[in-house]
Amino acid sequence: MASTLLEDNIQVPASSGPTERRHSPVEHLHEAFRAAEVTGSRAVRLREIPYVTMIGLRVDPASAAASALSEVLGAPLPAVCGQTTHGAGHTVLWQGPDEFLVITDDAASPLVDQLTERLGDAPGSVVDLSANRTTLELSGPSARAVLEKSCAVDLHPRAFTPGTAVSTAVGAVPVVLWQTDDAPTYRLLPRSSFADHLGRWLMDGMAEFAAEPLPAHSQSGSDPGWH
Amino acid sequence: MILIDCPHCGPRNEDEFTYGGQAHVPYPANPDELTDAEWAGFLFYRDNPLGEFAERWMHGLGCRRWFNAVRDTYSYKIITTYPMGWAAPQTQPQTQPDTKEVSA
Repeated sequence: MASTLLEDNIQVPASSGPTERRHSPVEHLHEAFRAAEVTGSRAVRLREIPYVTMIGLRVDPASAAASALSEVLGAPLPAVCGQTTHGAGHTVLWQGPDEFLVITDDAASPLVDQLTERLGDAPGSVVDLSANRTTLELSGPSARAVLEKSCAVDLHPRAFTPGTAVSTAVGAVPVVLWQTDDAPTYRLLPRSSFADHLGRWLMDGMAEFAAEPLPAHSQSGSDPGWH
Repeated sequence: MILIDCPHCGPRNEDEFTYGGQAHVPYPANPDELTDAEWAGFLFYRDNPLGEFAERWMHGLGCRRWFNAVRDTYSYKIITTYPMGWAAPQTQPQTQPDTKEVSA
């Protein structure tokens, strides 16, 4: 059962113990996500990327400790809201003036230990938050339109570009919303207990794009210009 | 939809914020010496002006930080926002609102 739940391109580290027995917050919706995929010119696709390693950092960005942590990550800490920085296999998201989220391809344990060691006795914290949130990936030409139905942040490319990540709400669910490319592809990071609702919410939002678009008004041409 | 200009995150939908009451209410310097009436005044009594009011707000769905805002309680216009710890800015005095308009 477990093997059919996961996309071929999602790598789950092969190991024994708890890793084999864990369940992702929306694994029961993976089949529904596939069924909800819209193809064609108005394509949009939803999938879960489970078990992504996330590490929460709290540190004063002006301190020496912050410099030490960014050396470990190979990336400076982002300075302003929305900014992300990239190191070797790590992405650092701005969460607050002294709060950051590290999303990494690595396993949590050695990296958390390294960061904790470099933080030393300085004020701050390094916490493995991987189980706090899951990752939903919404991509395709209609992805922005799906999100704009229920997200008040300006997602137009003039204001929101690949590499931008903000904490906001989609529908009633608090998420970290991160655009990873200009397909566009968005990653939504809801807390695990809200992931089921958000997944169903997004599938509802995607449904209309499976239908043929309404013909444009004769005077407004093919591009209505209001989006 | 009202946009509130978070000092850390910029303009965001008001749904992302929670209200924290009057700003700049100092904790008593000598709490042991207050009478019950004075203590109740500190805890429970707040200004309720018609017009500009310095308030605390918290960007709960964004950076999760408290900040202060000056809001016009008549028009709901948020005149300015500023980080915690800053003194209340001197804003332009607004013309006295016409209270008759409220009942009209």
